[in-house]
Amino acid sequence: MSVLELHDLCVTYRTEGGKVPAVRGVNLTIEEGDTVGLAGESGCGKSTIAAAVLRLLPKGTRVTGKVLLNGEDVYSMKPGRLRAVRWTGAAIVFQGALHSLNPVRRVGLQIEEALRLHQTVPVGKMAARVDDLLERVGLPGAHASRYPHQMSGGQRQRVLIALALACDPQLLIADEPTTALDVMVQAQVLALLEELQRERGLSLLFITHDLSVLTHTCRRLAVMYAGRIVEEGLSAEVFARPEHPYTRALAAAFPTIGDTASRMNPQGLPGDPPDPSALPTGCPFHPRCDRAVDECATADVTLRPVADGAAAGWRAACVHVGVDRG
Amino acid sequence: MRATFILRKLAGAVSTLAFVVVFNFFLFRVVNKNPVDSMFRGRNLTASQKAELTRKFHLDGSKWDQFVGYVRQLLRGDLGLSFKGNRPVVDVIAEALWPTILLVGFSTLLAMLGIGLGYRAGWRRGSRFDTTSTSLSMLTYSMPEFWIGMVLLGIFAAKLGWFPVGGLEDPGSTATGFSKLLDQFHHMLLPAIVLAIAYVGEYMIVARSAMIETLREDYLQLARAKGMRDDDVRRKHAVPNARLPVVSLSAINFGFVVSGAIAVESIFSWPGIGQATYIAIRGPDLPVLQGLFLLISAAVIVANLIADLLYGRLDPRVVGR
Repeated sequence: MSVLELHDLCVTYRTEGGKVPAVRGVNLTIEEGDTVGLAGESGCGKSTIAAAVLRLLPKGTRVTGKVLLNGEDVYSMKPGRLRAVRWTGAAIVFQGALHSLNPVRRVGLQIEEALRLHQTVPVGKMAARVDDLLERVGLPGAHASRYPHQMSGGQRQRVLIALALACDPQLLIADEPTTALDVMVQAQVLALLEELQRERGLSLLFITHDLSVLTHTCRRLAVMYAGRIVEEGLSAEVFARPEHPYTRALAAAFPTIGDTASRMNPQGLPGDPPDPSALPTGCPFHPRCDRAVDECATADVTLRPVADGAAAGWRAACVHVGVDRG
Repeated sequence: MRATFILRKLAGAVSTLAFVVVFNFFLFRVVNKNPVDSMFRGRNLTASQKAELTRKFHLDGSKWDQFVGYVRQLLRGDLGLSFKGNRPVVDVIAEALWPTILLVGFSTLLAMLGIGLGYRAGWRRGSRFDTTSTSLSMLTYSMPEFWIGMVLLGIFAAKLGWFPVGGLEDPGSTATGFSKLLDQFHHMLLPAIVLAIAYVGEYMIVARSAMIETLREDYLQLARAKGMRDDDVRRKHAVPNARLPVVSLSAINFGFVVSGAIAVESIFSWPGIGQATYIAIRGPDLPVLQGLFLLISAAVIVANLIADLLYGRLDPRVVGR
């Protein structure tokens, strides 16, 4: 059974300025033990998806479509069931550089709290379990008695990973876990996540704006733009030969380590992501696209199979996809 | 908590207090150059009587000698003699202290109920509970104490007769022990409610805005994601972070508990520090005023010291830096 299925998920925030469609019809499936990367610029709706999976969106937000965690519809759960599923069905690795840890409570207590809520281990074994978790992410057990401000960004990120693993969740959602960490620490945290994923056969949804990170960590890849998936497929293939012009721009924006040509010539993408409350007509990417044709301003292309990758589920939403490459 | 942190705060408090002692002493010498003359204005005093009085109130000698004498006296716990009735200032203040601590202390505790109200209102910002309690708080906060006092006195004491109109206890009462305390409590209740109404809004508004500050924090989202009940997220994660502004407000107000409430104490003829201050100002009874100033400053300094130390307990980041 799939660990997570999103069926035509739409999320519309209600703000003072009006309704803002942040996610506009996303379909995504994560099989058990699979690793899926979700990439895109800030504001494309990727973090909204993470919050939507555990029903953590602010009150008044309109959610349509279906979110199935282990086949169970998250949005028709009773409050008690929802609380039980949170952190056991899916847990989120939040961003450690920000204030994801409560500054006035010791980190050990914050991990213990999750164990207590879900009665993962008997009360007498909690301290030992906290120790184990911290050591597994490469921190001394004694760090349990520290406050968040007494740790570095990388250490805090490790605590957040330990916290996410506390109740043995079936799905781990990593929401930009390496953003705002320096490069060396970023690499360590990534290696740790990969190791844990392999070791425990975790299903992983990895959300980031850094496409190059995903190719290492994730088997499959989905690229989001303006609330929709615009390209998906096996990460190795998609990263090597992006079909959608946006994926191509995203891949070119990060120089590949060791590749001098890309390092000397990183390519930025002109313009800003569109305002979700005032999307362009047609393909939302066309105003920034270097391959846009007249049709793009009117035709809103949905995902179509990429000719030579259809077997692996490679699809992209672009008028140029599926036609002969001239 | 780190010892250096405590020592640093303690040293700060002691030096502030020392400054207050010096300032306080010279302030009153500047205010009135020759108290004996103004005290006995219009009466014929012989030169020897004047000299006698000047010596009695320690107003002879150079300013420096007077100051040294004052500090020596202070260290023995002696605040000098009141210009009125020949009584030690310490006695005048001690007599007024208990009624004031009773009244203002109790009303401060009552007003602090506003903290819980504010947390809840902030947590559900924009709800009907929030809008109702916030506007009520604004309303009571903007009403002057003396006005609330007169209105409640008129209704509940004069008209309905539920409470005595004033004083610390029934005149001529010979009650002792518990029944004496009960009588004092009965007299205290109405003025205490007046003060509580006047200050509850302040606590409510401060607690509410502190709570709203924490609402957007990521750790609340994390706590929810862990599967925590909303009430527990508020109690265990939001409130501990919204405590600091409330603690400083409470500390300042507790410091002012001993300064009494001049308006309300006058309306209810409550023989507290507020009234003692009022009487001393009319004199002016400089030694009593000087003693009162010192007491109030010391109380505020101590309350702030306690708040600082509490900060260290409540927010570990305060100690670290």
